[in-house]
This record gives sequence, C-alpha cells and structure tokens, in this order.
Amino acid sequence: MFTILKKQELAPSVKLFVVQAPLIARKCQPGQFVILRIDENGERIPLTIADFDRAAGTITLIFQEVGHTTRQLGRLSAGDALLDLAGPLGKATHIEKFGTVVCVGGGIGVAPVYPIARAYKEAGNKVISIIGARNADLLILEQEMAAISDVLYITTDDGSKGRKGLVIDPLKEMLAAGEKIDLVMAIGPVIMMKSVAEVTRPYGVHTIVSLNPIMVDGTGMCGGCRVSVGNKNKFACVDGPEFNAHEVDFDGLMARQKMYHSYERREHRCGGDCSCHR
Amino acid sequence: MFVSSIKHKMPEQQPEIRRRNFDEVALGYDDTTAKAEASRCLQCKTAPCRQGCPVGINIPAFIKHIREGDFTAAIDEIKTKNNLPAICGRVCPQEDQCEKFCVVGKKGEPVGIGRLERFAADYARARGRKQKVILPPEPLGKVAIIGAGPAGLSAAGDLARMGYKVTVFEALHAPGGVLMYGIPEFRLPKEIVRQEIEELKELGVEIVVNAVIGKTFTIDELLTEEGFDAVFIGTGAGLPHFMDIPGENLNGVYSANEFLTRVNLMKAYKFPEAGTPVHAGKRVAVVGAGNVAMDAARTALRLGAENVYIVYRRSEEEMPARAEEIEHAKEEGVEFRLLTNPVRIIGDERGWVKGLECIRMELGEPDESGRRKPVPIANSNFVLDVDTVIMAIGQGPNPLVQQTTPGLAVNKRGNITTDETGRTSKEGVFAGGDIVTGAATVIQAMGAGKKAAAAIHEYVQNKRKGARNSQ
Repeated sequence: MFTILKKQELAPSVKLFVVQAPLIARKCQPGQFVILRIDENGERIPLTIADFDRAAGTITLIFQEVGHTTRQLGRLSAGDALLDLAGPLGKATHIEKFGTVVCVGGGIGVAPVYPIARAYKEAGNKVISIIGARNADLLILEQEMAAISDVLYITTDDGSKGRKGLVIDPLKEMLAAGEKIDLVMAIGPVIMMKSVAEVTRPYGVHTIVSLNPIMVDGTGMCGGCRVSVGNKNKFACVDGPEFNAHEVDFDGLMARQKMYHSYERREHRCGGDCSCHR
Repeated sequence: MFVSSIKHKMPEQQPEIRRRNFDEVALGYDDTTAKAEASRCLQCKTAPCRQGCPVGINIPAFIKHIREGDFTAAIDEIKTKNNLPAICGRVCPQEDQCEKFCVVGKKGEPVGIGRLERFAADYARARGRKQKVILPPEPLGKVAIIGAGPAGLSAAGDLARMGYKVTVFEALHAPGGVLMYGIPEFRLPKEIVRQEIEELKELGVEIVVNAVIGKTFTIDELLTEEGFDAVFIGTGAGLPHFMDIPGENLNGVYSANEFLTRVNLMKAYKFPEAGTPVHAGKRVAVVGAGNVAMDAARTALRLGAENVYIVYRRSEEEMPARAEEIEHAKEEGVEFRLLTNPVRIIGDERGWVKGLECIRMELGEPDESGRRKPVPIANSNFVLDVDTVIMAIGQGPNPLVQQTTPGLAVNKRGNITTDETGRTSKEGVFAGGDIVTGAATVIQAMGAGKKAAAAIHEYVQNKRKGARNSQ
C-alpha cells in the first residue's frame, strides 16, 4: 500500500498528492511516470511523476478529475492509501545543455513539464516557459514554474490571467522575431501538442512532446499505447512517452484516445453531459 | 482385469451454456471416477510416462495412491516435484508430454494423467491441506527471482524447499504471469492460481508486486546492493507482435495480450463493477491459431460477440493450438477461416474497424519450420465483415531486463542465451522459460525453473565454500 501523505487542491478538479513510495522516489527521473490502481476493482491508470523527494521517499502526483477513476482518486484524503503503484516507468527525458529551451505546458500538462523544465535549468539551459489554461482558476504551478524559468509567459483562453490566447502564441512570436531556440518541449492536450509541432516545423526547431495514450500495464506487454512515430509503431510506455513531435501521428493518437468514450460514459452514468467529456 | 481402452470422460459444461459464461468448462473427476481412471495405469516398472514430464513427477506412484483411495498421499507425492499441480493438471499439453509415452496409449487412449493430477490437487485444496516443510534455521542463501510466472514460481518453490530465502519481483500487481493475465478464467480459474501461489508463500517465498526490474531495481543492484547471491530471470515472452499491415492502429484492433489482460487480470468482463473496459464487438476476427488465439476467440464469444472467426494462413493440420482447445472452440461456435491471411484492416470515418481484407492462401513447399509454406493466391482478396480484430500471431521477449543488464548475452531475437542448466553469460545470473526459449508452454517453463533452481543451489554453495576456503 502507498500512503497519501499530503493532498492539495491546485485548481477546481485539479489535485496534488504527495505519496509515500520510496522505491520509486529513489530511482525516478524527469519525464517518467507511474501506473496506479486505487483498489481491488480499480483500473490501472498512468500519471506522470510531477516531483520527487529522494530523502523523504515520496513522489508527487498531480491529476485532473476527468472520469471515474480520477474522480474516485480525488475523493481520497491524506492518510488514505493506493493499492498499487508501479514505477518509475518510461524513458527519462534526455537532459543536457542545449542552449535555449522553451517549455510549453497546457492545462494539466504543466505538471509533467515542471520537473523537466527544472532539470533543463539545472543543466545550464536558458529556460523560457509558456504555461496556459482555459482560465485563471485552472492555471497550476505558476510560482513553481516562475522559480525555475528565465522567462515565463502565461496565457488563458479567456484572458482572465496573463495574455488572452493560446500557448502557441508567444512561441510563434519568438520564432517570427528570429529568437534562437535550440529545443522545444511541449506537454498538454494532444491538440495543443500538435499545434506546437506545426508552429516549430517550418523553423526546423527540434520539438519533443510527451504522449498520453491509453495504457494498461505500462511495461510494454500489450501495445495498447501504440502510436505511429515516423511511420513506425512505437509503444509509448517503453519507447517513450517522449517523441520527436515532427514524426508523431497526432490524429491517430486522438482517434485512439476516444476508444472507450462510450464505456467511460456508461461507467459513471453521466450520459456524457458532464464537464469531463468536453 | 478389464481395462477400458478409453479415458474416463471428465464432465464439462454444455457448449451452448458455457459459451456465454466465464465459469470453468471442465468440471473434474469425482472420487469414484478418479479411482477407476487410476486403475487403467499398468504401473510399468520403467514408467516411460515420466520421461515426458518436464518436472519429472513420479507418475505411477501418485496414480497408485489414487487407485488405493489415498488421495492425500497422491498430492504429497506430486508436490515433491511440482509446486503448482492444480494449474499443470489443467493447462499442460499432456498429449505431447507424459501421456504421449503412456504404454496404455499404444493401443487405446493413454491414462488421463493430467486429469488425475488435477483431481489430486483439487482434492487437497478443497480440504485446505498444507504441506509440511522443515526449513533450516539459517537460510542457505538469498535468491531473487524476476517475474512471477510459471518459470519463476517453480524456481522459487524449489529453492524455498531447499532452504533459500527467496524474493520474487513481479512487475504487475498480481503474481502468476500468463496464468493470471493470459489463460482465461474458463480454462484456469484465477482463484486456483491465487491459492497455489499462497501455498508458495507459506514456504517462505516473498513476492514483491509492482516491481519492474530494469526500472525499480536493476539486476546489478540486486546482486551488489541488495545482497542476493544469485538471480533467476523468468520474464517470459510478453512483447506482442503485430503484422505491420495498414489499419492496425484503428480502434477495435487489439493484441491478444491486451485483450486477454483486460479480461483476465483486470476482470473487464465485470465492467462497470470492475473499472477496466474492454471492447468486444459483434463480429470479431482473431488472427492466428495457437492457444492464445483460441483463448481470445472463446473470450470474445463470452463477451457477447455474435460471430467470432479464427483467421489462419495455413490449414487445420498446421494449427499450433492443442486439439482439445480447437475442439472446445468449435463446439462453442467459433468459425474457422483457414488458408486466409489478412492484408489490411479497413476503418470507418470515425477511425473504427469495419472490415478485414484478406487474401486466400494455398500450401506450397515445406519451409524451415517443416510446415508447408502458405502462398497467396493472386486476386483472391475478399473482405471479412468484422468490427474487432485481435492479433494473436505470437510474442517476443520483453527487452526491459536485457537492456538494463550489461554483460547479459542475448540472441538475435532478443532471447537470453543460457547453457542447459539455465546459466547466462553473467555470473550469478540464471534464466529460464519463455525469455530463453521464446513462447512455449507453462510446464516447459516450470521445468526450466526447476533445472535452474538446482543449478543455482550448486552455484551458491560452491561460491560460499570458496569464500570460506579463502578466509
């Protein structure tokens, strides 16, 4: 069992847990994830490791309540425990001194971007971060990102915080202005990552995305998370989750993410009208 | 004495009923039938049946106990060689192993050795009978087992009996490997697997779940930092193969591994009571004709599919599945499309499977496997009207351990290379089961685990002796 030591609400429906998991905390690197199962009847879901404390033996998980399992997770409190937690899984982010790195986080995607951006910074890069959300209430980790970024842009769809618009807007401007960018790392909804890929493609700026397909085991034994990258099938759980954005078949990924929509609706009996299906 | 030339029948659920439930198909012998079947054994002095058993059970001895009605003596005899008899009695291909060499089988049907093993194991389990094992006060050494499938569990059981402190590391949340995620409930109830593994724990075997070796620990860390004297790798063949044909990433296309894991391990057949969904459509094509394909096809039927097709590029004769499984699948209504090979999967505008385009095949000259090679017949393409496609064309070795273990030799397919005792190229590291041989059978993996356990014992004792002598 893996005890939840601390729970914090970062935004409506976005929660942070600090979980006791010494074996995972000992080993994990930015870019890796865990698979968790709440209880005996639970499904296995992947969550990125948003932070870790090796000395304390803890990892930090941040999740948005989007369906049955994440909402059940959201109802847990400090002192409760998760039945299963496997990890660290996936390949770690390749960290070195590239020069100027732009880190883009959309919505809940800011959570996985944070440890990666921090590692880039620690490796001596100039880190320009762009974080965005639908509105000010949904924006997470602003202070944390500010602390490790040389420049931080904030965007919201409705303009309630930072610039009105999308996370790709500041990126477009930087590229158009001829700013030298050595690497872009983008994590968020698939449609956002696809947009980032299209923005950087004409400039030939190396762009990495962290993919979030459906997973079951997370260890490479089922292929449920397969995605087409450079016209080759890759298993995101072991070959990724990070890939060259300019080679990813984002439309295929988006279609596959919808595979269980009708089941997910049936499961929590909302009929598909709740906010989780927007 | 009159000896029937055929095996005593084992009662089964009727096909029209069982095809819609997940309960066990074969119901097992009762006491009287078991004794009668045991009486068919000639008690040969040479016991040729034993040479067919990868774990070397003294078959005539345990059968004699059953004939005499001493069922607990029978299970005690079996358990000196086999730690998981309720499982082996159910899933071993006995026709290719022990029963193949049975003398009675030369003129009629061989003795039902598997059925009798199953009977004895079930009899003991139903009565909560535990084995008595006296372990030494000080363990003979510490051994780590990677993977809690048949090979690892068998090695763990043997080493624990010898007096080792054994820790099994398992990546999934439940031990059992293919016994839990692969073989369906209706062939091997998961409660039986759970109970047989519980008995191993009573021998002192510790099982650590959610431990992904290569990630949570590396093999080198186990040997150096964690103080294990030796490591056994039994990580199996868990990497699914796809055909690399167009449309394989459409919604409704599964690897058999994923489909069966969702249903068996995650209990998706109980959705939404269980949290994991599975999509079995109305018309399902399963590509392949091994045991995994039969399991996937029969599972799809039980999830409510109306038509389930086995699509196989060779003919019935070459199908690798056990005859019994093919028979069961046919009885339940699985339809066979033989000499048929998929060329592409056709999707609808929403990205879901709506058909499987196939080409008809004919058999040519024998290939390197000795089977006649299937050759496509030009312009014979047709579309099978299906909404789900399950790929059951085989599995390769999961590369996680090999990639993170420097100095561990593998062959060109990625399987770990060992000598015949299970020793790898790396000192103190042994391997066995599918990770060495490629996908094979449960009992072969258990046999490999057993052999490696003996080799590990020898290695650790020599090492300790050497350490004492050099002091």
